[in-house]
Amino acid sequence: MGERAQFPRRGGRVTDRLMIVAALAFMILFLLLPLLTVFAQAFAQGLSGYLTAILDPATLSAIRLTIIVAAVALVVNVVFGLAAAWCLARFRFPGRPLILTLLDLPFSVSPVVAGLMLVLLYGRQGWFGPWLEAHDIKIIFALPGMIMATIFVTLPFVARELIPLMEEQGAEEEEAALLLGASGWQMFARITLPKLRWGLLYGVLLSNARAMGEFGAVSVVSGNIMGLTDTMSLDVKALYDSYNIVGSFAVASLLALLALVTLVAKTVLERRFLFSSSATGEAA
Amino acid sequence: MTGHVTIRNLSRSFGTFAALRDVSLEIPAGELVALLGPSGSGKTTLLRIIAGLDLPDAGQVLINGEDRIARHPRERGVGFVFQHYALFRHMTVGENIAFGLRVRPRGERPTRAEIRSRVATLLDLVQLGWLIDRYPSELSGGQRQRVALARALAIEPRLLLLDEPFGALDTKVRKELGAWLRDLHHGSAITSLLVTHDQEEALELADRIVLMAQGKVEQVGTPAELYTRPATPFVLEFLGEANRLPCRLGEGGAAVLAGTGDVLAHGLEPDHPLARSGADVTLYVRPHDLLLEPEHEGPVVITRVRMAGAFAKVEALMQGISLTALMPFHRLGASGLREGEHARLRVLHGTAFAAEGVEHPAALRFEARGVTVPA
Repeated sequence: MGERAQFPRRGGRVTDRLMIVAALAFMILFLLLPLLTVFAQAFAQGLSGYLTAILDPATLSAIRLTIIVAAVALVVNVVFGLAAAWCLARFRFPGRPLILTLLDLPFSVSPVVAGLMLVLLYGRQGWFGPWLEAHDIKIIFALPGMIMATIFVTLPFVARELIPLMEEQGAEEEEAALLLGASGWQMFARITLPKLRWGLLYGVLLSNARAMGEFGAVSVVSGNIMGLTDTMSLDVKALYDSYNIVGSFAVASLLALLALVTLVAKTVLERRFLFSSSATGEAA
Repeated sequence: MTGHVTIRNLSRSFGTFAALRDVSLEIPAGELVALLGPSGSGKTTLLRIIAGLDLPDAGQVLINGEDRIARHPRERGVGFVFQHYALFRHMTVGENIAFGLRVRPRGERPTRAEIRSRVATLLDLVQLGWLIDRYPSELSGGQRQRVALARALAIEPRLLLLDEPFGALDTKVRKELGAWLRDLHHGSAITSLLVTHDQEEALELADRIVLMAQGKVEQVGTPAELYTRPATPFVLEFLGEANRLPCRLGEGGAAVLAGTGDVLAHGLEPDHPLARSGADVTLYVRPHDLLLEPEHEGPVVITRVRMAGAFAKVEALMQGISLTALMPFHRLGASGLREGEHARLRVLHGTAFAAEGVEHPAALRFEARGVTVPA
């Protein structure tokens, strides 16, 4: 309050109010109303209509598939993210800037293009197509392709979260652990991992939200075979296209719910994060 | 067994920067040795190589006669204390101290009860028993460093390496902790190697000082040796403030002020080859060895008189050379020195080095003759 008093008010009260109203209107029109519509439409035929839509075998299959894809992507992301962050944050080597740039590729490439790249590589007419077909391995229009597409679009999240954190925390605690006689694995499990836990969780949360919500890349490689290669996001579109509005929005409401849970978890984590890193700052 | 460290021809470069240039050194078992030097002199690099946290480009590190370079840091049996403590932030004080015991392979690991009693003993040693369940972020800097020390001692190292352990602490805590460390060292059979850039800390605490500059060892000796018989002007100036007086060596090894012919002091080693050479030298005089006496026609003009704690600091000019003299504050009144007045100069003790360009590394010591220091 005291700080504000230093700045004389230039605009009148009218401008202030207009701007507040404009900001609120934007929020309601673009964020709140769409979210409410999802739930309103999902429950348009009451709770029983909602449950029928969710319990539809094709929808249940989509939910199961989404969880499988997200779970595999999550494991890969954690392992790769930790390894990449360790390497990029702790060591300086030729080519490091190039790798850091490449790491951002999934962020800058359109997901549809990412899906197409996979089709061009592993599809029937693709580079590895004939070999894969000869060995009876199906990647495109099947689960492996969908997992690969999801991993591609979510790969940077964990590493991007961990690299700055590891650089800020430094390696002294790890050095201390080694000098006290810890093995490499003991050092990693007892020192590095606990030090990084909040950042790691945060990265996992973001990549998981993205994995479950991914449409473009997965859409290209899945072939949209209902009940077989449909994830939730794809199912929403498929149901909508077949005029099953309640079904479509019921699935959409689950995704929206996931988004809300993610947001809450993110806020909680950010608080923990801030708390723990401020304690670090004090120690340094 | 207490560690005896031998360092042979150690070199280490970072890119084009040579952090260590062919350093050789003996650290006798049981001593508290200070590695002293300005930042960038290579002292921390040397410490990290001894610990095994860094590898040298060339050279050997022997601990009790055994080459340690090939051994992993965890096998070296050294305790290491970091400047910024490096306590495990997610562990309590007790868990921090127990870490080195808990990570031992099953066969060598003490039982839970043994670990608990060892932690308690160490916490008593650092006088922090009541903090056993606190986290590092809840401790003050001095407490954190004591916990770090207890943690390093838990593995019963033969060699304790301390990297600027008091660098992040305020003066009072630094002094207390330093004295405490010295007592701890002398109460246990351990060799300690302390990196510091603080010459007072090194002079006060160490049995032996290794003074480093630009990746090389300038001089090794006891604090008294380094202070009274510095090998180079760098050592002399690093260990404390000094006035520089351009002199020529005169008859009988006297130091004659350049340009005036005033004899400032008499040499203690008149037969030294440098003393007989009649060469140009720089006479270094510590402020407390510089005596100013009021004299109407004296060559010195007092420019400023200030109080600096227990001392009075007198600043003066003599033929364009600025001088600083220190005297006990209570003597200032009787000395009759006042700003703007003239005085003459007496040198109680001084050390001369051949002026730049003259090839003669030896130092010459001087003292005043017939001067009684006022009580």
